[in-house]
Amino acid sequence: MTVTMGKALTAALRDAMREDDTVLMFGEDVGPLGGVFRVTDGLAAEFGEDRCFDTPLAESGIVGLAVGMAMNGFRPVVEMQFDAFAYPAFEQIASHVAKMRNRTRGAVGLPMVIRVPYAGGIGGVEHHSDSSEAYYAHTPGLKVVTPSTVADAYSLLREAIADPDPVVFMEPKKLYWAKDEVSLPVRTEPFGRAVVRVPGSDATLLAYGPAVPVALEAASAAAAEGLSLEVVDLRTLVPFDDATVAASVRKTGRCVVVAEASGFAGVSAEIVARVQERCFHSLAAPVLRVAGWDVPFPPPVLEKYQLPGVDRVLDAVDRLQFDDAPDPRFLAVSP
Amino acid sequence: MTTQAEHRMPAVLPGGVPPADALLPSAEPVRFLDDDGGPAPGDAHGRYERPSTELLRRAYDAMVLGRRFDAQATALTKQGRLAVYPSSRGQEAGEIGAVLALRETDWLFPTYRDTMALIARGIDPVEALTLLRGSWHCGYDPMATRTAPQCTPLATHAPHAVGVAYAARRRGEDTVALVLIGDGGTSEGDFHEALNFAAVFHVPVVFLVQNNGFAISVPVSRQTAAPSLAHKGVGYGVRGERVDGNDPLAMLAVLTDAVESARAGGGPVLVEAHTYRVEPHTNADDDGRYRDHDEVAAWKRRDPIARLEAHLRSAGELTDDDVAAAGAAAEAFAADVRKRLSEEPVGDPAELFAHVFATPTPQLREQAAWLAEELAR
Repeated sequence: MTVTMGKALTAALRDAMREDDTVLMFGEDVGPLGGVFRVTDGLAAEFGEDRCFDTPLAESGIVGLAVGMAMNGFRPVVEMQFDAFAYPAFEQIASHVAKMRNRTRGAVGLPMVIRVPYAGGIGGVEHHSDSSEAYYAHTPGLKVVTPSTVADAYSLLREAIADPDPVVFMEPKKLYWAKDEVSLPVRTEPFGRAVVRVPGSDATLLAYGPAVPVALEAASAAAAEGLSLEVVDLRTLVPFDDATVAASVRKTGRCVVVAEASGFAGVSAEIVARVQERCFHSLAAPVLRVAGWDVPFPPPVLEKYQLPGVDRVLDAVDRLQFDDAPDPRFLAVSP
Repeated sequence: MTTQAEHRMPAVLPGGVPPADALLPSAEPVRFLDDDGGPAPGDAHGRYERPSTELLRRAYDAMVLGRRFDAQATALTKQGRLAVYPSSRGQEAGEIGAVLALRETDWLFPTYRDTMALIARGIDPVEALTLLRGSWHCGYDPMATRTAPQCTPLATHAPHAVGVAYAARRRGEDTVALVLIGDGGTSEGDFHEALNFAAVFHVPVVFLVQNNGFAISVPVSRQTAAPSLAHKGVGYGVRGERVDGNDPLAMLAVLTDAVESARAGGGPVLVEAHTYRVEPHTNADDDGRYRDHDEVAAWKRRDPIARLEAHLRSAGELTDDDVAAAGAAAEAFAADVRKRLSEEPVGDPAELFAHVFATPTPQLREQAAWLAEELAR
């Protein structure tokens, strides 16, 4: 059947709540309204306001409440309404959610999921389009997951809820309405596994979350011109699948990382570092990045200039030194 | 299981009292004893009843032991055996009162200054001092002891107490959580969010603010312009109470009442204990830069152990032999701590990677191998 990513997420929550009555959903507007993106639509009606409920509008309190409930037998799933609205909860996430197992020498695990609708592409006004994954991925103790397909949205969220450790579940907002033919329930590859979406031989495109459809489109366009690009969907940033990534890049010898987040000190930077560490002797060109500019996320009228697009990806592929000439963009040492 | 609609019920007390008034703390801190341990004048103890002699005797023994432990930990820090030790000397009535008000099945959420409370809770002193000795974990099992790891980021453990108590109540258990906070912590956002969540969801949590006058060097007058810290409850629909934090009778009476009120479904309670940090913030602090020695001396004259001892002696409930026995037990405890902490703590670097996740990621396994390789050279 045809399912949107948003509905797949709803189904994952519903199925998890049906199977395990310790699974709870709470946050802002997730009750009768069903969330501003309707991901919790129908859950309060089916499970009652006890299991899917609205809280005071205070993100630190929401995550802190979830920590306590996870310490005491529940599996809370909390929704941060938008990426940037999760920042008040950052201390809870960085100092407690991520560290509780370690600071109790394994005695207290926190099986909880923090859902974060993130990234741009929906014409959101300021503070509604941040790509905040790097903050979480940089914090030891958090698993960080981001689906790009409808099936993964369902399967990764089910796995996140069942995981014994806290998971920051990053939902690409612009893909909520993406559709696919999927028979639910569906299970895909587990955490820690990247997936080759399109095999290829000339270069590897590494992408995650909202950048994956862009990479796929770029691969199609390149194929029309006779260039074979392999597209790897990373799926889980933590744990990271070095094996699949390295196997792909060692095979193709060329790599472009595509990410919507700003590049400087971002997850894309980490991926480039890992690839050059592990694949240097297979590389025919420097690993390039197509990432967001290092600017605050632009307003709706300008966001198309921020988002990685097919042309920008193909331009980067063109600079992978197929002609053995150095990339003119980086001939100078500094700007 | 209650519904969310029920959770939203306003806290109206019996007798038609306007809720806001009923939530306000008393004009003066609740006290039973004057500064010397004699009876406080008038009805300073309000509606509260004197705790039982049995409870007071247990409190006395635990306070004597707690103070001796605290002094021992301070001494060990000066000898380099502990990395740091924030003393709670002078706050024994709060530290011990909080623990004695709880059942074993209740939860305690301590801060870094509350090691004395951990001892009173029955946690092994070497386990309790693990973190302050310089290790990376809290040292005891929070699930087995129903005691959260000592919290360093101020007030961030308050929402956890709300969550733990809320979880228990949803299962129909009568568990109460008591969270210890300092006066500085009441300025943190999490303190306010925790009070608000506890009130909205009607959760059995007792917030004990030990107002010891200072957040390191900053006096409480720079934390708030409120009439008292206990007044911060009313804005959230939480009942507030003020107590003489150096009066063990008052602390036990008010905390026991607050815990049992929360247990009985009365919702959260905010208790402010007026006390004083007679030691510097930690061994690394120089308190001469921000306070007058006369002020410290004045508070030392209101010593909670001396006041309790005077009260019990005058009531004929404490003999010279009892005092000697409590002192001897405390000395033996301290000697054991000294002996066991004379050994250098050991830490296995490989374990750094073991508890980041339930199962280490491939990246952590790889890094653990790199460190092992480095150590094997």
